[in-house]
Amino acid sequence: MARRLPAKDVAIIGFGLSSAILANELTDQGLEVVAIERGPWRDTATHFNVGYMPDELRYAVRLDLFLRPAQETLTFRNNVSETALPIRQFGSFLPGDGVGGAAVHWNGQTWRFNPTDFRLKSHLTERYGAAKIPDELSIQDWGTTYDEMERFYDQFEYLCGISGKAGNLNGTIQPGGNPFEGPRKRDYPLPPMQMTYAPTMFAEAARAVGCHPFPCPSANLSQPYINPLGVRMGQCSFCGFCERFGCANYSKASAQTTILPVLMRKANFEARTECEVLKVNLDGSGKRATGVSYVDSSGVEWEQPAELVLICAYGLHNVRMLLLSGIGRPYDPATREGTVGRNYAYQTTAGIQLFFDDKIFNPFIAAGALGQSADDFNGDSFDHADLDFVGGGGISCIPTNGRPISNRPVPPGTPRWGAKWKQATKDNYLRSFGFSTQGSSYAAHGNYLDLDPTYTDRLGRPLMRMTFDFPDNDIRMSNYVMDKMEAIAKAMKPRQYVMARRAKPYSIVPYQSTHNTGGAIMGGDPKTSVVNKYLQSWDVPNIFVIGASAFPQNAGYNPTGTVGALAFLAADAIRTKYLKSPGPLVPT
Amino acid sequence: MRRAARSLACSLARGLALGAGLAAALSTLPARAIDEQSFDQLERGRYLATTADCKGCHTRPGGKPFAGGVALATPFGTLVGSNITPDREAGIGAWSDEEFVAALHDGRGRAGTRLFPAMPYPAYTKMTRADALAIRAYLLTIEPVNEKVESNQLPIVLNWRFNLVFWNLLNFTSGRLEPDAAKSAEWNRGRYLVDALGHCGTCHTSKSWLGADKDSAYLQGGVLQGWLAPNITAANRRGVGRWSVEDIVEYLKTGSNAYAIAAGPMAEEIANGSSKMTDADVKAIAVYLKSTPAAADTAAALAPSDPQMVAGLAIYKDNCAPCHTDAGSGTPGLFSRLAGSHAIQSDDPTSLIRAVLSGRQGVATKDKPTGPAMPSFAWRLSDAQVAAVLTYVRNSFGNAAVAVTADQVGKLRARAD
Repeated sequence: MARRLPAKDVAIIGFGLSSAILANELTDQGLEVVAIERGPWRDTATHFNVGYMPDELRYAVRLDLFLRPAQETLTFRNNVSETALPIRQFGSFLPGDGVGGAAVHWNGQTWRFNPTDFRLKSHLTERYGAAKIPDELSIQDWGTTYDEMERFYDQFEYLCGISGKAGNLNGTIQPGGNPFEGPRKRDYPLPPMQMTYAPTMFAEAARAVGCHPFPCPSANLSQPYINPLGVRMGQCSFCGFCERFGCANYSKASAQTTILPVLMRKANFEARTECEVLKVNLDGSGKRATGVSYVDSSGVEWEQPAELVLICAYGLHNVRMLLLSGIGRPYDPATREGTVGRNYAYQTTAGIQLFFDDKIFNPFIAAGALGQSADDFNGDSFDHADLDFVGGGGISCIPTNGRPISNRPVPPGTPRWGAKWKQATKDNYLRSFGFSTQGSSYAAHGNYLDLDPTYTDRLGRPLMRMTFDFPDNDIRMSNYVMDKMEAIAKAMKPRQYVMARRAKPYSIVPYQSTHNTGGAIMGGDPKTSVVNKYLQSWDVPNIFVIGASAFPQNAGYNPTGTVGALAFLAADAIRTKYLKSPGPLVPT
Repeated sequence: MRRAARSLACSLARGLALGAGLAAALSTLPARAIDEQSFDQLERGRYLATTADCKGCHTRPGGKPFAGGVALATPFGTLVGSNITPDREAGIGAWSDEEFVAALHDGRGRAGTRLFPAMPYPAYTKMTRADALAIRAYLLTIEPVNEKVESNQLPIVLNWRFNLVFWNLLNFTSGRLEPDAAKSAEWNRGRYLVDALGHCGTCHTSKSWLGADKDSAYLQGGVLQGWLAPNITAANRRGVGRWSVEDIVEYLKTGSNAYAIAAGPMAEEIANGSSKMTDADVKAIAVYLKSTPAAADTAAALAPSDPQMVAGLAIYKDNCAPCHTDAGSGTPGLFSRLAGSHAIQSDDPTSLIRAVLSGRQGVATKDKPTGPAMPSFAWRLSDAQVAAVLTYVRNSFGNAAVAVTADQVGKLRARAD
């Protein structure tokens, strides 16, 4: 029997960056807020100690900061004809754990989606006709627009001290920036990072073949920064230990480096770590959340009543929380009805590795978002009229690290071990780099999330089941972008280049991307979306679901910038609309 | 202007809360105290108690305000801040005004017992009677706490309060601070805050073997509780001579400036005391400190070829440079500046060794909430390596100071363990 705690105004599930943004905004409003996080407390000096943080074995190989499958995993299959099996070691994607969540271990590439991404279905229909959209796809509009999102992107970028160069200021294209981006009201808070050799060379080659490269917007800071909350961040030291690591010198944006110093001082905020939420509790009508139940690290179960419940865990876990709590109707791929679990999407990546004889790149001088990108073949930047696909991908040269265990670029044909492998490593380590495409992943009718009928977690709850394969559309898209990339590779005149194209079936084993999106998507119609344009549940209006789970499909960009903007959007809706009149913010 | 309005609003709100507390405490108050319970008097007392940081010793972290219980490690043993709530048994509720003033001015407890000079009465003796009574009036409005605190936990011979008669004869002169008519009102206020209320010398002036201030070493730094409180005279190298008045104000109000970030006991002092003082008072302190005599203060840096310097440079690049930078410039408010830092060049490296061994938690204030921290390096650097890297930073970037020895590090490591 759960012990009942005194009620709070707001209970937040998870204490990552979105959660911290909402907690800070709502405590400013005077509300009593508790964030409940199943992972441990994490603090820069204590847990990201500069002395041991660059430990590749501990953090990048043994995945010290990540969720353990024993805590929670999911089952996987490529399509409904297969039986899903549990993932026993995370591979293709790596969900985070603990205070700060995925924004602790991220690289820091901080993008805005394009204006056309937010009205994808309408835009493609208007430009090419409805027949252009392949039948396998279930792409939708977001219910919001880039113009509505602009000020929330801006808020997030200034919170984090993003270092970049505007490409479009109020409609005027800016030299050196991304000419394909949506208009922004003002430039990034900090200038771009200083470039290293490989991205510089890539940019020259990209320009030579007619592309428009620009510095990747980065949450690894180019200069010291004081954000609007008064929190100070340092200048990135190019140590090359971003993704899979916490930042030891306060120079990568995270909850720890941007919000927690202010939030943790507030008397009306409380964080409970190592407490795992079991479910959101509903009243008898099922139309109102009464709070959450959770179990602490000693196995004691608690009930935390709250007026408002914010589901702010990792995107995949948001979807599972809805399914476990019986909120909304689960998606059924046979009838294509139901919403929860619908439109799970991913990221379509592919890349080219280059080998040179006469150039030295010093790959260890690096940062997670230090590089150059080109958007000439991203989204709908280019004309698809005569192409057999929709979507596109950013092309980026962002050599994030030269870490000694996993960064051993050797040409095909090299033995996997022994003296020849060692010699090849020696010959190529300094003389090789790669660049890649991060392609859109468009939702398909057959890709979805639901509860597994067989497997349960350590608390006896069903695991979530992922059913996913790359849509044929996305494979065609990726190959097209790779062809364009090949021209860039040739222009750099390497001794050799190796193309790693994306192919079906999707494999859950090799690492590709932790950009799992959808399943609790936003939209304008309760029949095809879980939350409205304010991320408020259509079914239970005192629940908001914040994260990449809200993306109706994924664009050719890293999701964090958009996730951060959505957190500010939801906070704004709660502050300015919901608190004045609690209830559905969009009539049904 | 807006800040002033806000702080006034806060004061009013606090005043109301005090009023409620006062009503609850009334039954325990001697009748004559009531006349002194005007809002102005209480608010003044509250401000003075904040400035004197009474809570620093008399409130346990997380404990009830002024109910005592913070253990102070002195060179002679442990003393515990007493309960100074108005409780008539455990606190000082039954004390008369005269008894309260005698404690502050003469180090005399109730019925004439002697207080240990961890209670900084050698500084408070300089306080005006009016200020002492205002603090008294404020303390009477605090919630009474009936918890006895045994202040004296000294070893048996030292704990005879009788000894203090002789200590006082040797080391203590009772008497108020007379204003210096030749100096500005601001300077006089600054001196009063430094010498009386703020009792800065309690930490920043080194002590004789008997634990008394050495007048010749006034504000030139002292070691207390395993920290060095650095020189805060106008000396150029080891003091704050390079800091402008504005730099000192910024440091005391926000916890850091271009040169330094407060940690350790000074972090507590800033969080509880100086960050809450008025801008005028903090500026007065700065003006006074800038006027203090600067002792001769030159030194020659060790040669870069010195073996400790060579090793120290390599250790610095691997461990320190990512934050403190190759040039020792740091980042204001985030990573301490090492170049030109008076704390780095202090004769006594206690605090520096301690920072490397145990890490360092910078203060967080309302204006600068970051509270940056430095991790511990004890587990990865040997005594000789700590000594070398500190010797390097003390003799690089324009700094000059005596070398640190492995032996010094070893002693502090043993104590930290």
